[in-house]
Amino acid sequence: MTGRGLWITALIMPPLAFVALFIVYPIISAFAYAFFDWQGLRRGDFVGLENFHTVLFVEPYRSWTINAFKNNVIVFFALMVLQNGLGFILAYALWRELPGARFHRIAVFLPVVLSTIIVAYLFKLFYHPLFGVVNISLRGIGLDWLAQPWLGQSGTALWSIIIAQAWHMVGFPTLVFLAGMQRIPSEILDAVRMETESEWVKITKIVWPLVAPSATIVFTLLFVGAFNWFELPYIMGGLDGSPFGSTDVLGLYFYRTAFGNVSAGQQDFGLGSALAVLIFIFIALVAGVITTRLRAREIQL
Amino acid sequence: MSAAATNYYDRRGLFATLGRDGLLQIILIANTIIMLAPIIIMVFSAFKTTPEIFRAPFAIPDFTQVANFVKIWSETNFLRYLLNSFIVTGASMVLILTLGTMAAYAIGRYAFTGSNFILMFFLAGLTLPLKLAIIPLFMLMRDLSILNNQLSLIFVYTAMGLPTTVFIMTGFIRSLPNELEDAARMDGASEARIMWSIMLPLVRPAMVIAGIQNVVPIWNDFFFPLVFIQNDNLKTLPQGLTTFMGEYTTDWGVLFSGLTLSAAPIIIIYIVLSKQFIAGMTSGAVK
Repeated sequence: MTGRGLWITALIMPPLAFVALFIVYPIISAFAYAFFDWQGLRRGDFVGLENFHTVLFVEPYRSWTINAFKNNVIVFFALMVLQNGLGFILAYALWRELPGARFHRIAVFLPVVLSTIIVAYLFKLFYHPLFGVVNISLRGIGLDWLAQPWLGQSGTALWSIIIAQAWHMVGFPTLVFLAGMQRIPSEILDAVRMETESEWVKITKIVWPLVAPSATIVFTLLFVGAFNWFELPYIMGGLDGSPFGSTDVLGLYFYRTAFGNVSAGQQDFGLGSALAVLIFIFIALVAGVITTRLRAREIQL
Repeated sequence: MSAAATNYYDRRGLFATLGRDGLLQIILIANTIIMLAPIIIMVFSAFKTTPEIFRAPFAIPDFTQVANFVKIWSETNFLRYLLNSFIVTGASMVLILTLGTMAAYAIGRYAFTGSNFILMFFLAGLTLPLKLAIIPLFMLMRDLSILNNQLSLIFVYTAMGLPTTVFIMTGFIRSLPNELEDAARMDGASEARIMWSIMLPLVRPAMVIAGIQNVVPIWNDFFFPLVFIQNDNLKTLPQGLTTFMGEYTTDWGVLFSGLTLSAAPIIIIYIVLSKQFIAGMTSGAVK
């Protein structure tokens, strides 16, 4: 090998080793783990597809899997509106460069840099049935009947956590969309002004199609994020997805199955790995479809 | 853009302009209030006693009343968590930027067989949710005997940060002109010397972007310490916060001060460097 070859090898090998050892190898192993029976940390016999069969078709795992998956779907669609939809509107408002736009831009992104754990505890305190600011405010304006234990009942718990997530992350799609809008060439905008006065036509026919690349990215990231959701429900709903599994999501369910929870203490790497593989394949497939379908409608300028 | 927009409004008349932009302005102001209110309530509550928080959660506190902070300082492991977060984040960032620049420099600056394949290898890690590989990672850390050791976190964060860093830096390094490099080579400078003295000073802007993109998720991460670290003295800030919040459940003044103290470093840095933060954190999503 020449000196130049050695030099390139020396540059490339250490980073490559890190990625191979701590990303590629664990992900490949995760697939292999799912086909074995596990006794605690010890690998037992090869069991074929049995772990997959158990988490998909054997009670009580079957209902847990379905319940968690259903909640993830709700989370995804709710955030699609509350995070990405609102983000688009906010981006459009910021794009006009009205007075104070710079300040508004900094404010909308501020919660994004906070640790999710801080956001989770902060909203948990806000939602407190007696002393939380949400219920204190409702009582203060005479809406006593609306004050309720937000995180304590099945009907409101998941939605309360979704609201906290939307507050936390709405700044991200906002600024990605804003960057997309700012790249629309001014000649196009000038041409539109000649054609129509309607703001609605301008948004639906020009701005929305032209920010398609931004939409592709925020939709895909939201999808991956929603099906990996863990920190907020873990802190606000607990590892069991309280109350009564109403805040249980695949991330919590997977973690609980793999590492056990406080009450049951049962841990099963085989079933956990099977869940991880199923979630992984699902995310990869759907994210792939979303990306290719959305890419197709992107317009090259 | 803004000049053109102004002309447009002149033609449409003042009323229509006020109507539409007025609505957008109201949306922005309402949103900013919603974004800031929780943070302001958090900071205000940090200076109140628990009864004061229950009685008047929105009142402006007496900012000289710092008993809650004193309590955190003297009674909890908070400073330890903070220090641990600095150590883990700092070490990870040094490794990410060093290794990321090395790989990106090799891929971006030299033509060699397999360079595209190696770039693809790095990029494959870009979107894979590593959380789902936590069981094999746990076993790997156990085999390396670094469970309950901050090295486990530093190694995982480094590996997670490399794909984005290589992606950002390779694009930037490719775009640098060849002339300086060729001139130096003509003068007999070694490859290492060219990289260190000539090229590296030029890639600093890309390093800042890549650095910010990685530093925020690493500083804020909770999942990997949850699995890898049990020893209270080794916990990072987000993980330590869960211990701390569990101990003081009824002392809301202390809880809010703990949250405020944890949020303070990143909020202050963000306000100072908001432009770089926004550019850095959205750089993966904005082409």
